[in-house]
Amino acid sequence: MKPTVLLLLAAAVLPLSASAFCGFYVARADSKLYNKSSQVALVRDGKYTSITMASDYQGDPKEFALVIPVPTVIDKEDVKVVEKSVLDHLDAYTAPRLVEYWDRDPDESYYAKNPIAPAPMTEGRSARRIFSDGARARGVTIEKQFTAGEYDILVLSAKQSDGLVLWLNENSYKMPEGAEAVLDSYIRQNMKFFVAKVNLERQAQEGRTWLRPIRVTFKTRKFMLPVRLGTVNAKGPQDMIVYVLNRNGRVESTNYRTIQMHTNKNVPEFIKSDFADFYRDMFDRVVTQEKMSSIITEYYWDMGWCDPCSSDPVPMKELRELGCTWLTGEDNARPEQGSTFITRLHVRYDSEHFPEDIVFQETGDLQFIQGRYIIQHPWRGKSKTEAAKAYFKELRERLEEEATTTASLTGWPIERIRAKQASYKDTSKEPR
Amino acid sequence: MRIDPRHYQIAVLSTLLVYGMTVLHFEVTLAKAATILGTATACQWLFSKAARIRFEWRSALISGLSMCLLCRCSTWWLAVLAAAIAIGSKFALRWRGKHLFNPTNFALVLLMLVGDGRVWVSPGQWGNVAFFAFLMACLGGLVVMRAGRADVALTFLFSWVALLVGRSLWLHEPMTIPLHRLQNGALLLFTFFMISDPRTTPDSRAGRIVFAMLVALGGWWWQFKMFETNGPLWSLAVCSLLTPLLDFLLPAQRHSWSGPSTPPLQLNLAPS
Repeated sequence: MKPTVLLLLAAAVLPLSASAFCGFYVARADSKLYNKSSQVALVRDGKYTSITMASDYQGDPKEFALVIPVPTVIDKEDVKVVEKSVLDHLDAYTAPRLVEYWDRDPDESYYAKNPIAPAPMTEGRSARRIFSDGARARGVTIEKQFTAGEYDILVLSAKQSDGLVLWLNENSYKMPEGAEAVLDSYIRQNMKFFVAKVNLERQAQEGRTWLRPIRVTFKTRKFMLPVRLGTVNAKGPQDMIVYVLNRNGRVESTNYRTIQMHTNKNVPEFIKSDFADFYRDMFDRVVTQEKMSSIITEYYWDMGWCDPCSSDPVPMKELRELGCTWLTGEDNARPEQGSTFITRLHVRYDSEHFPEDIVFQETGDLQFIQGRYIIQHPWRGKSKTEAAKAYFKELRERLEEEATTTASLTGWPIERIRAKQASYKDTSKEPR
Repeated sequence: MRIDPRHYQIAVLSTLLVYGMTVLHFEVTLAKAATILGTATACQWLFSKAARIRFEWRSALISGLSMCLLCRCSTWWLAVLAAAIAIGSKFALRWRGKHLFNPTNFALVLLMLVGDGRVWVSPGQWGNVAFFAFLMACLGGLVVMRAGRADVALTFLFSWVALLVGRSLWLHEPMTIPLHRLQNGALLLFTFFMISDPRTTPDSRAGRIVFAMLVALGGWWWQFKMFETNGPLWSLAVCSLLTPLLDFLLPAQRHSWSGPSTPPLQLNLAPS
């Protein structure tokens, strides 16, 4: 058997909705873009933390196991299986978005009097006994043993990492090489281990073929995400998207630099069909520039509103499932403004660049941030008036600026961008 | 040529601020930086006039620049308040003619304590990309600093390194972990520009060494036992309360920028 330690998942596409003030929403760059990506929802309320982890594990479920170091012994009521759609919804809701606007007829008074106005922008602002006997011999204590949904859960404490690894291996959890050293440092910090394994019978009874995310809640002063175990057997860097939900404000790391993704950039029209490539290449470039040692904030907003919204609002029922227990309103209502904040952090990590677990802090930041990229469709009418001439002159400069911006953000050759711009056939229509 | 250490500090802090604003994109606008520096200087002038002492712009500028680099807040007026508290603390919180707290440290800790999360410090903001250039600039500061006062910075640094490495050895962690923690701009800023402030540290060398070790130990406890952030900042504020006691137990001549209590290190930069 083979465990997957720390996890991965890809998102589904949700129905789109549009809003005019921050542009008409056209596309988003969600976690599906990345090959090896995991999604984690981290809810922080005072000293309480809930971690929900979603796996995109595609292999045989009997070979799946999840090991999370936790600061305290976890009881059955602290564990909950969450529907996968909840994390997918958060992904869609917070993903970087492409919006579009349309230029007006330059002969209308606006363009006759004014140069082209930039698109409005928002300011840069989620057989027990045998088991136990063997465990004792290995210095492993089974603190708790219970089931949650399709998972069998064990909460273990251990005296020695070699005993723990031996015991896990004897009990059909094959630990990757190198895990022992990492487990050792957690044991020395008196941490426990939350181990989840799929109960195939129950999974079959419930008729499920996929693994649902699992949530663990505990009380701790530590506001952190254990990533070290996940890097032990990783082949190359992994992407992780963390949705931090809290009551106070933007969340950042204290031991890694946390930066904001480029946002509010005007891009050429053809990006409408190439948005996934555009965002992925831009993200790769930022990671390279930051020498893969920073965490990138892709979204930070009050859960009470969004503009433009890239999916339906996330209702309180779903947020409560993730651990936002302070929300007491109706299931289908969204949270009140000012009650709940979400920070979407995107980390590309490996053991070399992220040697220690990620530690977070809440800030009092009130400036919302969203990855927002803007297409401004030119006016395509014909006119030879002075206003039209001025418009077309400005337009040429604007298109060139969009090309250079895209080149500098993505590293794409400028000639290729210009050629795509020139051959682009606009079939869009402004929604009325 | 003799370089006044404060001029060197102002030069390094200004460079760091420009670097932070342009390359690292700190959340500090030009207007915000100007407001903080203006407030610090104005308060210094005002309080000096009230206290009938000479207006010392350099000290105000150093506090202001440190504030720009460290203080993050939700509204601009909190930064102004922080700058005013910093300068005010130098005049108001004195013990036998010596100010008790490093001004920037006091203002930050006070506002983090009572500000309900509206003021914070981002220790991760520096990253570790330009760490070594930063380190060199800080070490340069030691050269121009009066030789007698490098002891606080160095003792703190050695104690902090020992505690971090010791903890990782005890936990059987790879050395990449303490190394990553040490490659931190915020730590250097603290070590070379805050704890080493000669006006607030104990007068005697033995006192300063004890003081620096206590700050390191307290900061380590706060950060790695209580799992809170900015351990050294909190620890310095608390340990500053012990300075009068250390001065009483281990008396020595007081530091003054104008009259050297220990001879300044002379840098001979002229061609021979």
